[in-house]
Amino acid sequence: MARMVTTRRKVISTVAAWLVGFLIFFPILWMVLASFKTELEAFAIPPSFLFFHWTTENYATVQERSDYLHHALNSIVIAGGSTLIAMLIAVPAAWSMAFSPTKRTKDILLWMLSTKMMPPVGVLVPIYLIYRNFGLLDTRSGLIFILCLGNLPIVIWMLFTYFKEIPKDILEAARMDGATIGRELIYVLTPMAVPGLASTLLLNLILAWNEAFWTLNLSTLEAAPLTVFIASYSSPEGLFWAKLSAASTLAIAPILVLGWFSQRQLVRGLTFGAVK
Amino acid sequence: MATQQTQLLARTLLTPAVALLFIWMIVPLALTIYFATLHYNLLDPGSESFVGLENFRYFLTDPAFLASLQNTLVLVGSVLAITILLGVPLALLLDQQVVGLSIVRLMVIAPFFVMPTVSALVWKNLLMHPVSGLFAWIAHLFGLPAIDWFNDAPLFSVILIISWQWLPFATLILLTALQSLDEEQKEAAEMDGASALSAFIYITLPHLARPITVVILIETIFLLTVFAEIFVTTGGGPGLQTTNIAFLIYSQALIQYDVGSASAGGLVAVVLANIVAFFLVRIVGRNLEA
Repeated sequence: MARMVTTRRKVISTVAAWLVGFLIFFPILWMVLASFKTELEAFAIPPSFLFFHWTTENYATVQERSDYLHHALNSIVIAGGSTLIAMLIAVPAAWSMAFSPTKRTKDILLWMLSTKMMPPVGVLVPIYLIYRNFGLLDTRSGLIFILCLGNLPIVIWMLFTYFKEIPKDILEAARMDGATIGRELIYVLTPMAVPGLASTLLLNLILAWNEAFWTLNLSTLEAAPLTVFIASYSSPEGLFWAKLSAASTLAIAPILVLGWFSQRQLVRGLTFGAVK
Repeated sequence: MATQQTQLLARTLLTPAVALLFIWMIVPLALTIYFATLHYNLLDPGSESFVGLENFRYFLTDPAFLASLQNTLVLVGSVLAITILLGVPLALLLDQQVVGLSIVRLMVIAPFFVMPTVSALVWKNLLMHPVSGLFAWIAHLFGLPAIDWFNDAPLFSVILIISWQWLPFATLILLTALQSLDEEQKEAAEMDGASALSAFIYITLPHLARPITVVILIETIFLLTVFAEIFVTTGGGPGLQTTNIAFLIYSQALIQYDVGSASAGGLVAVVLANIVAFFLVRIVGRNLEA
């Protein structure tokens, strides 16, 4: 009898879960479909769901008319650059706090967390003026710098929680066997740390790719990443839904794929280890 | 055990990160405080003068401030309520035995990875457009009048979009917490004849109290400074109906070029965020010791 109930329950929860999942995902699906329609069909009432004239011309137009690749490259450089630099600064710091903690380590960690709490809009004015005076407005390096600092606390925190899980006994054993710090780092720590490093890298790439406060305020054209490029479709005269959809699909596709790989790390990274 | 040498090394490795974050926190903040005490407008260069707390008086008594404070609170409160009230049942559902769960999970989590400008524009045009949007067509199917979302209920429209973005986050965290719930405890409750409802109230819900708190705090931090979604959909309007604190400060700084008043507003935003941060940091800190 128990089995009967379980099967029935399983069917019900499966149907319900798929229904809800589909509803939540639908806006994205609808956007992808619209990107393959002609402008007329994208706008048409009643809408056609699958039986329309499939076309890829929007994707070509988006590139031709607005130089999509230029902005995509900006996104890659800015998100990648800021993440890599943040990692370079964060790995030593997290390593030091995880393996050689002092009385103040906890305070330092919490202080770092608190810098992330500062609303960016609270420092918008001075940052904007500094950037203007130093000619950093609308430059890739300016955006790399600010996104790097903005994500640094999260990077350090994530790495710290991963490093802390590496058993210290292993280090001691290596030391007993006469390993130097350098060897210890390369042969013992690095292999164990790779999964943590990879997930941290991934999550921060996503966060930097989607960042839309500093990018909107500090870049206009030259250094504008995809967030800003898409925002340019908000002008009222441009009712180009199919092209908006094509540009949007291109902008979110790579990050959606990365994001799906990193969903478990997401919880850890964004809750600072408070939920495991 | 740690030798002095490793201690020294550890400190050296930590220094760049600490120094950078310290500068990042102190310099802009100090400048904001400084600018907040000046009469300083970029359109009127050379007229900078010290005005004390005048900017704060101006910002805090500006009717736009009260309106935007109210909008901010409504926005944060509504999105929190929606994401948690929907997130808990959704997490419970995904914690069941579901065929193809991994695909369902992917679909549910997807909105969180969509950049804010994309989700806002796709919702505003493809779904919520009063004539050609999908919602208008669905309303028409049921013989209902189409809603002109961004004119009739602008703030609610923004809330809807942002809730869609943050529902996956709440669900994912609650689901992670549910999966760490002791199965034996639930089974024991079932054996003792506890109904599903009382098992939920006495076992599951208390277990979720902490993750829910964490969701509330983290979402609040991000929601207090919602910007892009408003920037691309309504531009704060109509009137001030969708202007939140972040957008008000932005428009004072980069549209009206009033550096002094925008800085004063920025400090108000910092204080607001810090009230929330205070509680979040305490919860995280408690967890660090455990």
